This record gives sequence, C-alpha cells and structure tokens, in this order.
Amino acid sequence: ELSPQEYFSSLQAGRASLAYFSHNVSPGAQPFLEQIEHSAEALQDYGVSVVKVNCPKEDVSRYCGKENALRKAYLFRGNMLIREFPTDALFDVNSIVANVLFALLFNEVKYVETLADLQNIENTLKGRSNMVFAYVPATGTAEHRAVMEAAFVYGTVHQFVLTTEAMLLKDTGNGESDASSARLLFCHCQRATDLAQPCRRTAMGQTLTMLNIHRHLKLMGAPLVTEVAEDPEKVSTVHLQLGLPLVFILSQKETYEADRRTAEFVAWQLLGKAGVALLSRDLVDLNILLRSNVALKTPDEGVPIKYLVLEDTDEVIKLVEDKNKVKRIQEDEEENEEDEDEKENNSQDIQDDQVVEAVSRDKKRELPLEQILVLTEETFHSALSETARTVVLFYASWEAVSLAMLRSYTKVADHLKGMQGVLLSRVNCWDWPSVCTAENVTQFPTIKIYKKGERAVMYDGMWGTEELTSFIMLSRVSCPLKLATVDEAERYLRGEFPSELSSYHHTSLLGVFSTATNEARKAFEEAGNILTGHVTTGMYFEDDALALSRKYAVSPPALLLSRSGGQSVEGIALSKQSAQEMVQMIRYELLDVFPEITVQNLPRYLQLRKPFLILFGDGDISQMESKEMLKLAKGGPQQEFVACWLNLKKTPVGRGVLKAYFATVPSLPVLVWVNLHAGGQVFKFPSEQSITETNVLSWLGKLKAGLEIPSSTLSEEDWKPPLPAYDFLQMMETAVPELALHTSHHRRDTSERRPSESPGGDTGVREEPSQETKAEKVGSPGRDLRGTAPRLAAREKQGKRHSEL
Amino acid sequence: LGLALYAGSLRVASGAAFLYHDYCVIGAGPSGLQAAYFLQQASRDYVVFERSHAPGSFFALYPRHRKLISINKRYTGKSNGEFNLRHDWNSLLSHDRQLLFQRYSRDFFPNADAMVRYLEDFASLLKLRVQYNTAIVHVTLERDGQAWNGHYFLLTDQDRQNYKCSSLLVATGMWVPNVVNFPGSEYVEGYETVSINPEDFAGQTVLILGRGNSAFETAENILGVTNFIHMVSRSRVRLSWATHYVGDLRAINNGLLDTYQLKSLDGLLEGDLEDLAIVKDKKGKLHITLRFYLDNRNTSAGIDSITLPQDELDNFATRAPYDRVIRCLGWKFDFSIYNRSLRMMPGKGNKKKYPQIKPSYESRGTRGLFVLGTASHSVDFRKSAGGFIHGFRYTTRAVHRLLENRHHGVPWPSTVYPITQLTNSIIKRVNEASGLYQMFSVLADIILLRENATAFEYLEEYPVGVLAELEMQTGRKAPNGLFVIIMEYGRNFSGADKDVFYYNRAVGEAQHAWQSNFLHPVIYYYKRLPTEHEMRLRPPDWPLPRPDAVHHIVEDFLTDWTAPNAHILPLRRFLENCLSTDLRNFFAESCFLFAFTRQKLPPFCQQGYVRMQGLVGSEGLRRHAVEAGLLEDYTLADFLGDRPPDSREGSQDQLLRDHAIPVRPLQHLVNAKDE
Repeated sequence: ELSPQEYFSSLQAGRASLAYFSHNVSPGAQPFLEQIEHSAEALQDYGVSVVKVNCPKEDVSRYCGKENALRKAYLFRGNMLIREFPTDALFDVNSIVANVLFALLFNEVKYVETLADLQNIENTLKGRSNMVFAYVPATGTAEHRAVMEAAFVYGTVHQFVLTTEAMLLKDTGNGESDASSARLLFCHCQRATDLAQPCRRTAMGQTLTMLNIHRHLKLMGAPLVTEVAEDPEKVSTVHLQLGLPLVFILSQKETYEADRRTAEFVAWQLLGKAGVALLSRDLVDLNILLRSNVALKTPDEGVPIKYLVLEDTDEVIKLVEDKNKVKRIQEDEEENEEDEDEKENNSQDIQDDQVVEAVSRDKKRELPLEQILVLTEETFHSALSETARTVVLFYASWEAVSLAMLRSYTKVADHLKGMQGVLLSRVNCWDWPSVCTAENVTQFPTIKIYKKGERAVMYDGMWGTEELTSFIMLSRVSCPLKLATVDEAERYLRGEFPSELSSYHHTSLLGVFSTATNEARKAFEEAGNILTGHVTTGMYFEDDALALSRKYAVSPPALLLSRSGGQSVEGIALSKQSAQEMVQMIRYELLDVFPEITVQNLPRYLQLRKPFLILFGDGDISQMESKEMLKLAKGGPQQEFVACWLNLKKTPVGRGVLKAYFATVPSLPVLVWVNLHAGGQVFKFPSEQSITETNVLSWLGKLKAGLEIPSSTLSEEDWKPPLPAYDFLQMMETAVPELALHTSHHRRDTSERRPSESPGGDTGVREEPSQETKAEKVGSPGRDLRGTAPRLAAREKQGKRHSEL
Repeated sequence: LGLALYAGSLRVASGAAFLYHDYCVIGAGPSGLQAAYFLQQASRDYVVFERSHAPGSFFALYPRHRKLISINKRYTGKSNGEFNLRHDWNSLLSHDRQLLFQRYSRDFFPNADAMVRYLEDFASLLKLRVQYNTAIVHVTLERDGQAWNGHYFLLTDQDRQNYKCSSLLVATGMWVPNVVNFPGSEYVEGYETVSINPEDFAGQTVLILGRGNSAFETAENILGVTNFIHMVSRSRVRLSWATHYVGDLRAINNGLLDTYQLKSLDGLLEGDLEDLAIVKDKKGKLHITLRFYLDNRNTSAGIDSITLPQDELDNFATRAPYDRVIRCLGWKFDFSIYNRSLRMMPGKGNKKKYPQIKPSYESRGTRGLFVLGTASHSVDFRKSAGGFIHGFRYTTRAVHRLLENRHHGVPWPSTVYPITQLTNSIIKRVNEASGLYQMFSVLADIILLRENATAFEYLEEYPVGVLAELEMQTGRKAPNGLFVIIMEYGRNFSGADKDVFYYNRAVGEAQHAWQSNFLHPVIYYYKRLPTEHEMRLRPPDWPLPRPDAVHHIVEDFLTDWTAPNAHILPLRRFLENCLSTDLRNFFAESCFLFAFTRQKLPPFCQQGYVRMQGLVGSEGLRRHAVEAGLLEDYTLADFLGDRPPDSREGSQDQLLRDHAIPVRPLQHLVNAKDE
C-alpha cells in the first residue's frame, strides 16, 4: 500500500505493475480488493507487482481525482500505462492473471477472430516455427489463464494464437468437440513445406491446465522417433518420464529404411500418447524371439518390457490406446479409493473374507438341526456304541468355515432322512474341547465316520452336500466287499449288489484274485480301505475266479472297473504294487478321458499337473465336437494334456475364467489351451477353424513350436495381504517414546523424545477434557455400547495431525 | 538308557546308605502333588516327602479363620472344561473330572478343610507316591560327573535316613512366619497362634501389625466386638481390584476399610515397624512408643520413666493404649535345610522372602534344583498368579515339560497345523486357554513357523522369561520366525494408587486395541528368536523385548474374543502382514476361478481345494457372499452383458482385473504399413 507519490516514484523501467487507486475503501470494492490481494503472489511469479495506492482525500490528480478511475485497475510497464481494466473484468485470481498476462504478452499471443487471420499466421510460420492454437470459450477463465501462463514460458519458442470464436474451432477440423470446452492444438508448421496444405495438428487430449499444456508442449518438442542402440530396459525418454509408454520398433539393417518410415508413421499417430523408438537389433544383443517386431515399455517400474509380434501399425496404435484406457480406469479407481479412504478412513475393518461374511449374514437364520444329534463329552462314547454308523461333524461355533459346513450338513441330513443304521451327529469343540482333542481334531471342520468296532474313517472329500452324502452312502458297504459267488460278482459289477447301493448310481471296482495272488490281495484290501467312501470295491478270490477273468479277458490278479451300471467293464492288470501305489493307480483309472470340468472335480485333474485343453460351451457341446475331442483325448502319445469341456450353464464361474482370459466372453464354443503349471500362457483356438482332431493337432503343433501368440498370460503374482494391519507398534512408539529407545535395531535420537509424562502417573492423561471423544460419540451414538475409545485415542489423533503438518 | 542303567546300578550299589530316585519332591502341598501327578503320568521314578501325616498340612492350619479367598466358581454358563478352569482357583490339573474342586465345596469362598480333603483325595485317588511323616532336615550335594546335573542331591530326614536324587523339586511353600524384633515385641501375639474366637476380643482395643490378607482377615473376624482396631504397616494398603494382583487385599476381607473411612473408630496407619517399641504398663495395657526414645533409656526403669510420643506431641495418633497387639506379617521360605553348597539365596528387596530362581524356575545357585509352588512366586511377585494354586499348577506343568526335554529327550508337546489354521488356533486358545489367562504375562503360547510359512507348530504355555532359550529348553527349532501369544493388562492400568473405575476405561474399537486396559490377548511377532541380550534390554514392564510387529486383540467385556469383525478380522490382517500372504477363506467356486486364472493360489485354496477339500458352501451362503460383493454371480452375466461391474459389486472382478493381461488377439488385417 503506497501513496500516489511513493508509487509513481517507485516505478522502474520495464517492470510491470498493477495498481488500484482508492480514497478509502468503498464497500463495493471489497471483494475485488480481496481477489487482487490473492493474485499478488501469482503475478509476482511473472514479475508483476500489485499495488494498492491510497489517495489522499484532497488529491484530484489523474488517477485519484476521477470518480470513474476508482472503478478501474491500471497496468503499467515502467511508468507507461498499458491498459485500464474495469474491476468487473477482474472478478477472481484467474481472470486477473489471465488479463494481465494477456495485456503484457500482446506480441507473443496473437488474438484472431477469423479463419483468414489464422491462415495468414500459419502461412507465415511455415518452415520457421510451430504454432500453439488455443480456443477458450471466454477470456478470464482458468483455461485462459493456463494458456497465458504457458505463453509466458513458451512464447518465444512457439507462436501462440488465441481465439474465443467457436466457428474457428470448427473450421480447423475440430467441429465435433463442443464449444463450451477449451481446446489446444499444436500445429507443426516448422516441418511444413507445402504452402497449400495446412500444418499438421496434434490436439491435446487433456483439460487445459498449466501442467497439461506444459506436458503437451514438452512431448511435442521431443524428437519424433528416438534411435536406440542400447538395452531397451535402460532406455528412458521424455515419454517415460511423463508417464507414457514407449513403443520400440525393432529394426534390422536390411529393413532399416522401411522400419524408419513405419516408426515415423506410428509416431505421428501416437504423438502425445506414447513415444516411439527405433531399436536396431544388430547393435543390441537381445534375447527375444526373432519374430518379434515391436516392444512395449510402460512407465510403471518393475514391469518388464513386452515383446510382441504385430502385423499391422493399427495394432500398435490400438495396443497403446488400450493400455492408456486401462490406465485411466485404474487412475479413476485410485481416485475413488482415495475418496473412500477419506470417507471411511479404514477399509481395514470391513470384512473381505467371503466365507466369514456369508456366514455372519446368515447367522440370524435358525438352522434345521433336528435331524442332527448333539453330542457332548458325556454322550459321545455311548452314542457311538448305539448305532452301527455314526457320522460326527466336529466344528466350532465361532469358526466360519465349519459353520458353512454345518449348513451343508443339514442338507445331508435331509437326503439321508430315514436311512437305517446311520446317525448324523455333531460336536461343538468350543463346548467340548476335550472330546475334540481326544479324537485328534486339529482342523475345523472335521468329519469322521465311526463304525462299531472299527477304526474311524476321516472324511477327506469336498465340503459339500452331494459329496458328503455320497461318501456316507458308499461307506455303508464294507470296502472291499468279499463276494462269495460268481453270480454275486456279476451282480456287483452291474451295480445291483449290494442292495443298499442298487438305487444309487456309482462306479464299482472288482478285484479278481487267484489263490496264488495273496500279496496283491492284501494290498488291494488295504487300498480298498483307504478308498472307502470314494468308490466301492469288491473282491473275488474263489476257485472259479478264472471264469470271471476269462470273461473279461484279464488274468488274475486284476481289477475290473465298471462304470454306469456295468455297461462298460474295463480290465486292468495288477502287478506287484504296494497299497499306496494301488490307490494312486485306482484314482487315476477313475478319471474320465474327456471329462466335463466342474468346480467339484477340477482338483482331481489338477493333480495330473498337465496343461488343459478346454472346450467352453454354453450348455452341452455338440456331438461332433465331443467326438473329435474324444479322439483327441484318446489318440496320440497319451496324456500330454487334459482334454475336457466346461458347461457354462452348469459351471457359470467359467464365464469369469473367459473374462479373465479375453476381457469379454468370446463367442461360444471356444477351445482354449491353458498351461496352468508352466508359464501360465493362454491360447485360443482360431474361431474360424472348425474343431476337428487334425485342426487342433496342427494348432497344438504350432503352439509348441512357439509360433502362436498367447492371448494372455496368467499372473504369477503372490497372494499378498489384501490390506494392511493396524500398526500398533508404531502407535505405541508415538505415544510412549521410551519404547523406541528400547529397540535394539535402530535407536532413535533422544532429542526426538517428547517430554515424558510424570513417572507412574497418567493423571495428566485422565484429567484433560475429552472433546474429541465427545465429538466421536455424538457422531456415532451406537458405539457407546461397545465401549468407548479413551482419551488417549484422541491424543494420538492430534499427534498424527501434528506430524503431518 | 545309559543313564537309566547307571542309575539302576547305583541304586543297588549304594542301597544300604541311600534310597535313590530320579526325582525327589519336598512337600506334598498343592504344587508337590501337582508335580507328582505329572511325574506319575510320565512314568518317572519319583517320590514326594511330606513331613506331616497327610498332604496340605499348611491348609490344615491356615488360614486361621478357615475361609479361603480363592474363588470356587461353579457356574460360568459354559461347558468348556478348559475355559472353566479360568474361574476355578482351587483345582489341580489332572485328567480326572472327579478331581475338580467344585465337587468338594459349594461355597464361593470355600472352607480350608475342603482343600485339605481335596488334596488328600488328589494324592490317594491318583495313587501318587507320597512318603508321609518324612521331614527333610538337610539337603546337600554330591559331585558326580555322571549325574544329570553334575551332582546328586543328598537328602536327610528326621530319622537320619538318606535319599539320593538326580533332580530336586522344592515344593515346601512359605511357612516360616515373618517376625519383627523391636523392644516389646515379646508382647505381640502371632497370627499362627492368636485366638480365632471373637468373644476373646470383646471390648478390647487391638493393634494389628501388617496389612495383608491375613491381617484384614483377623480384623474382619473381630471387627464387631472390639472397641476399635488399628492397623499399622510400612506401606499403603494395596487393593487387589486396583492392582489386579490376587495376593493384595481382597474385597472379601476389607470390612475394616469401610469402618475406617466411615468414621467408626477403626483406622489404618503407616509407619515402619522397625522404629516401633511397645511398653506395657502396670495394668497390662500396651503403649506404642518409638525405639528412638528407648535407646537413651534403661528399659528396666519401668514405664513411668519412658517417654511416650504423646508427651511431646499431645495428639499423637496411637496414644490410646491397646489391649492386644497381633502380628500378621506373612511367611517366608525355609532356607535352613539347604547346605551352603546349594547356594539357596534369598531374593532382593521385596522378594527377599523367596529363594532366587530363574524364569525357568531353576535355582540360580544349583542346577537341577527347581522351586515349585508358592515359593516360586519371585518370578511374578505382585504381577501374576504364580504364587497361588490357580497359577502354579501351570508353571509346575511347564517345569515338568522342561525336565522331560532336558532329561528324557521328550520335546515340548506341540501340534503341527497347516497355515490355514493359524487364525483359528490362536482364537481357540485365547478364548479357552486357562494357563494363559491365569498366568498372564508369564506363560505364553508359542507358534513356530515352518519354512515358507505353509505350516506352523503350536507350543502351549511356555515360560516367556526364557524365550531366548526356547530351542534348548523345548527341543523345538525356530528358524523361520515365531509368534508369542500372551495375555496382558493395559500398561499403567494396574497399581495401588490407580483409579480403575475411571470413565471410559474400556476400549471398544479394534483400531485402539493397544490401549486396552483389561486382560486381553497380545500377539508378538519376531522374525527370529530374541537373544538373551535382547531379553535383558526389554522395556521396563514389558514381558518381552520389542517385536517386529505386535497385535492387541481389543479387550472384551465377556472375554469372548470370537467376534468376526472386531476380533478375528484384525488378527487375520496382522498375521497376513507378518507372513506376507492372504489368509482369507474362499468358497470352492473362487478357488476354481483362481486355479484357472492365476499361477499361484491362496493358502486356503492350495491346502484345501487343490487337495479335494474345497468348501462348496450352500446356495444360501453363496448368495450372501454375492450380496456382500465378495463373490461374483456369473449366472447373471447373460443379462448384464459385458457391462463393466461397478466398484461395489465387482470386487471379485477387481481381484482378477490385472491377473491376466489381455493382449489383442491378432486378426489378419490388411497390412497398412505401406503408408
């Protein structure tokens, strides 16, 4: 604040200043004064000082005297008046800065109103320098200010042209953009030689902010194509520094010229979106496929460079654009997450365990547990001795997984209602820990089947209703079952014997032994025992076993495997095998050749640790395809892969799998090769080819030769904690600095210690009024019942804020 | 075997002079019998020496007024036997459910006779080998390089019979009454002999020396018939509900606090008994004076010539003469029977009544000598329950386990679990374990991680003071880091002068759990076993050195730490972040999706689903999970098309978003390179 004399005498030549003259502050000028004060700092960056001149009452000189002058602000350079601004044009900081710079940069920023003006400027610039053309809907806006600020910096490098005419924007070929939003185009006139043609233009995609304009101009200034002769991992360009990807065109001596042209073409397309570099393979020793012709380096650290084989420049462009799209989505999400963080502060205390959450949402529903007997420490042993077979579910009433199982268990009880000789029961290990310890229950849930006078069988199948029901059904029959006559054996293979299972669809396994094959028989007996509940096993070792073996063309010892009620019986020769080996072998034989993969049976096939060839179908697959696939599965050097199909109607989660592979669900049926256990590459069988054995085999051949490009690669990422934990150690160290001193790892400087509280006394803590706590309580009245956060919490929060400051 | 053979031959060779046993236990009180039980269960060669004709002779006499102050809570609303031991302060540990104290008394504060009966039954029903009427009067050492500890313990009884043992377990308790000597202390009656008939005190004025439970118990008994009672002691009264220490003054005995504060003539005084003197006047009344006045005088001169404080200070507090002075100053350990070579030293400061022992309960002076029971309380004096049955029954078991490992190669019992059971195993223990609860901050459960954190080994109730020696003491290895599960009161919450009822004393929010005041579980995580040096340098009042991470499970009003969101979820996050893995549970459907879309699986799927133990879940549960946004319902995908899932419903999709990086499938387009 100066007096007029002081002001005019302080003006230096070449220095700009914005002055406002006033007698005494009139109420109407108050908001304007505030704005002008705020803009002082911003204008200082551009060498413009802001002065409020206090006119003495009697002063009637040029600026102070005129009544009108008091409604204006004056811009001086030195003591020369450049422009008068009516105060209503300077409504906020943006408008002040924009207008002041606009006046000062009169020569650097040309204002145009007609297309002819624009073309004139453009033509004069051709071959000399580039042009920055900006459209703003109105002057004095934030966008206008951003353009002016950019012009202040780049005005000597590029010619800035400004317009507020929407028509002009349309004429320059940007008609589709609506006139309400500002636009900025970079016109590459320096390179232009043809006077008849307009300069090449690159529009800026982002909103007009100082930072974005700066970024855009920086990108425009970067060389179109960078030539690279070093390890691409080490290359860094303006683009990568600005968070944009860098595309490498891999070149060889022979094709250099063509590649250079390609690179330039791509570079023009990607200008402002990605950088393009030309990498000479001859100069760099690259350990990559010879066929690769493009590489993509993303600005994210730790992401390796991707080498690709692309056939078309469009693909390169699409690749980059998709990448940017994904990135933008991610950024949006991050912003959302931040918002949520602010709102919620802690998403840590939101349950993210699907099982726990599902069970707690279901806790108010009363379970139909009438069918299931509750056992206690007192009744456990007596109950077991009363029924032929007792199924016991050991669970803990607080443990989600075992509670989930309890729900399936009630359904099992429904299925088995009325079945003789089977008792379903449960033991809550939270009530009766000694029973559970005595029964060696170390996991929740555990299911055991106790047979009178026999060792208990531990259920080791899927925790589901059907699987458990089947297990209980099958384990009713002793395993292996000794068959007395050939007739019985035949009926057994047809699934008619034993009668308990006749109505139940199952697979039967019959061991045929001669009297001489005692050892194999023993192993089979043991194996049968282990497989109890999973498959029925029977055995026949009477003298006339030969008749049976002759009929099915096997020589004892042998196994007969009967699927679907004896319609097909396979013979399997047994050699000297241990019981364990036999179990392995039987498990393997039970697998289907071309199975339908379901959630329940996948693990059995996963254990083969082979790649999967899966035919995804919406509903059943056609007979033709199934025939071809079956041929594929059976033929050739067997079992290099698991051929299977997936019915999306039955296993809807298959859609999730497809989405993960291809982003969207492709047209069905689709044949996919997934190497789950090595590399995780996913290949899609070309949809235009028909699924025949020969087509698929030749495709597989190409896969193996590395001639096909994977559609996607499964992430190798480890399963990390989904969210951080509360860092109590750090909180404690903040509150009790002594603790930090006791660390042997890193001792902190003593000067960091807060003055320690009086020894042994937390009185200071207790006495202070708990405004924070009160506030918290008002905000969340329900919380009181859960206990109240003590003052210390509030203290700690304050402390946190201080450290942030 | 070599040792056993050697010991056997020794028994024969020196049979005439010595009766040999691997283990000798002195004292058939609660801790001696408890030790005998574990030795018997392990089929060890042991004997218990008891000077009386029956077990628990201390309880036959004490407490004088026969009311035990250890609670006998018969109902908790729970059937969990382990949990119920948290509120049973009298039973010893055994497999026999008949031997629960609640079968011996219906009283909440039972009569001491019930304890005597209980201990008799415990010894006889379990057929423990107790040699009664055998008072060990001398213990010495015999050096022998072959012996377990480099020496044998030679015990001599009152009949000069000698016994030889490899290991000596001292369970003699604390039975020598503390006495103070000052001029006139001959007029003082002791707690051990004072009349318990209130009638004997009718119309009398009584001074009680001491301020422990025995002093208040004595006062309580005669409160109604005396003129008034004064109680004098050096320290201020320590109320157990403020200190959270069961050995301090219990509310059941504190009637005198009422009558003092409600101006009914009774009162408490602070003063050093050492400065005191008592003089008796001609009428037999006892006057309090100070030793200082007597030092200058000839005591034989008679009462009249002795200066009394009120002569100079006429409002001296205890100027009224007393009819009786009763000493209730507690007991100390009997150091007298040990030969100097055993170096049984009294502790320092307020622990001088206890023998010096290490946190492993082994004597500091002699290897192979362990102190059990109430005499071992120096480890946690005025902190935890190690001086009481409900505490030392666990520490005795811990000592037994240490011995099994040291002498018999039986490592500390442990169970190995898959990592998916980590949260469960901790939740199970913190909710029911009685040893952790009673011996808070002293005994801890230890979780030893296996390589790659796919499995862990669970050790129960290890003495936390010897954590650094864990590998040597337990025979278990801890190369991959460990969790220590312990229970703690809030720091700065307990204390004689603390207001434990202040407003907002309870913490309810899981994120403030570290400020919990009431007993709550705390889990320490160490990437490697702390060293002895680190144990020594631990912060004051910390049971353990600074961990790599720590978690507090927020205190709970019901001590029920099974709430899915407030208790289990933060614990899971803590464990996940220590192990750097994802410990969530998943339905089989999710595991199926992960199996096809990721190269690695979370532990729950890896150890369950892949091994054909996936959790299929009921339809209703899956629907709940879908509603919670934690599971995507793909059956709806048909109708929704490929609309990008919004952030709420699509979190499953978020899980998957960047797991597979789609690359544009290459279509055979016209080559446009000829631009």
